[in-house]
Amino acid sequence: MTAVAGAALPAFATSYDVAAVRADFPVLSRQVSGHPLVYLDNASSSHKPRQVLDAERQFVEQHYSNVHRGVHTLSQEATDGYEAARDTVASFLGAPDPHGIVFTKNATEAYNVVAYSFGNAAAGSRFALGPGDEVCVTEMEHHSNLVPWQMLCQRTGATLRWIPLTDDGRLDLTDLDQLVNERTKVLAFVHVSNILGTENPVDVLVARAREVGALTLLDGAQSAPHQPVDVAALGVDFFVLTGHKMLAPSGIGVLWGRRELLDEMPPFLGGGSMIEVVQMSGSTYAAAPERFEAGTPVISQAVALAAACDYLQELGLDRIAAHEHALTGRLLDGLHGLRGVRVIGPPTNDSRGAAVSFAIEGVHPHDVGQSLDELGIAVRVGHHCAAPVCRRYGVPATTRASSYLYNTAEEIDRLLEGVVEVQRFWGA
Amino acid sequence: MQTESMYQEIILDHYRNPHHKGLRDPYDAEVHHVNPTCGDEVTLRVHVTDGVVTDVSYDGQGCSISQASTSVMTDLVIGKQVDEALRTSEAFLELMQSRGKLEPDEDVLEDGIAFAGVSRYPARVKCALLGWMAWKDATARAVASSSGGAA
Repeated sequence: MTAVAGAALPAFATSYDVAAVRADFPVLSRQVSGHPLVYLDNASSSHKPRQVLDAERQFVEQHYSNVHRGVHTLSQEATDGYEAARDTVASFLGAPDPHGIVFTKNATEAYNVVAYSFGNAAAGSRFALGPGDEVCVTEMEHHSNLVPWQMLCQRTGATLRWIPLTDDGRLDLTDLDQLVNERTKVLAFVHVSNILGTENPVDVLVARAREVGALTLLDGAQSAPHQPVDVAALGVDFFVLTGHKMLAPSGIGVLWGRRELLDEMPPFLGGGSMIEVVQMSGSTYAAAPERFEAGTPVISQAVALAAACDYLQELGLDRIAAHEHALTGRLLDGLHGLRGVRVIGPPTNDSRGAAVSFAIEGVHPHDVGQSLDELGIAVRVGHHCAAPVCRRYGVPATTRASSYLYNTAEEIDRLLEGVVEVQRFWGA
Repeated sequence: MQTESMYQEIILDHYRNPHHKGLRDPYDAEVHHVNPTCGDEVTLRVHVTDGVVTDVSYDGQGCSISQASTSVMTDLVIGKQVDEALRTSEAFLELMQSRGKLEPDEDVLEDGIAFAGVSRYPARVKCALLGWMAWKDATARAVASSSGGAA
């Protein structure tokens, strides 16, 4: 450590054995560019522990078949494994009814299921939108929870509104009562921002949505992996997560919806498994969740997701959150101590997730990312699928470091040293 | 820092002191190209007189690779016949697609040979090509408009 940021940082205590956790992730012991890997790109995708890989492999090697189709033993075992995964995810989210858990291929598909279902609703249905109706989002949405709503509004003639941002990366709720009003049919917003790190006040937004009878959808892609989530306590109508950011493989996402809503919503994708009676003249549809799982679903990935939920719960989501909170505080303090570095997002560590975006004066984020890679440090650079946020803060892109349950204080310090090295190289 | 092998001094020089930067008149075509994965962008104008690229002017923002590559490109194409400039552009494209396996011809690419190392980083190849693709697009439009009788 050179005489920079980390030197003044306090000693670091954590609530579980991080070294033991790291031993579950083989990739964390590899070298990159001749240095031990420092993986701080977890908001983009996390690594997978042996327990999750083993669970998936064991399922595929011993119990795999298609689900909900056969009478043979493997078919039954595979179906049992798939449905047990649904139960595990429901319990992980505090969902009262596993039938509210719809498996999708990722979070993006989950938003689209809801947006297209609404678009398919018959006139007069509570889900139908038309001219005069409104959809409200926030200016900090990931493109996946923005573009589907833009498309829905284009198709139906509804109007898209958005809650703007304050200079320090929070939602500006000054005009909330105008933005979410009697015409609002859906309020879709992010729980924890992937680019700013902001944790939004779900209670305030849900309370306003309820006042006006709007449905709420919460993007939990960056919250469910990192902190305890209880959808019943949050009071939202829909909740979305994606597996690959929470120790599971890519290819599996979850849409949770209140059962009574899912049972009323028209389907999005048609095909096998989602039907009740099929005749040449028309078909009727299965109840949720099958109604929204057309075709052969993502089977072994769902089993792996359940194993990831078990892994996280065994360690304890509150302890994981506390560990990440301490790492985030260390990173924010260190960045604030460096000249020429600007944090894009909340400068303080309250109501905040583990993603920290920053700009280094005079060095483009791509060059920052490349230079850090040469030091073995993996961060994300770019607009993080949230281009309007970059525009809002007047930057073309940001550098983002995002920690997870396996990161250490030493790794945060290596990043801070790396930033200083980047500044030296680029003469910034 | 090993990146020094990718960030050649020539690249850093062009990045810090870009050639021909700034939008100028007259011009025959103007294009705006973006790299949607990183937000880099360039607005570029081309002026073609009697089949010769008489001026290329541009403005934009982006990383060192995209900015330096655009600067090098202007040095290489301004003053050349359109056909010859297009051949240079093909040579640069071939270099960038070589994954570090091609020995660049300095007679053809001049300062452009400094980007040979960039071709080993697939994520950065698009950065290096941003200005070149914009130039190619603008030049095609400029030639099309002049052959359409506008000149």
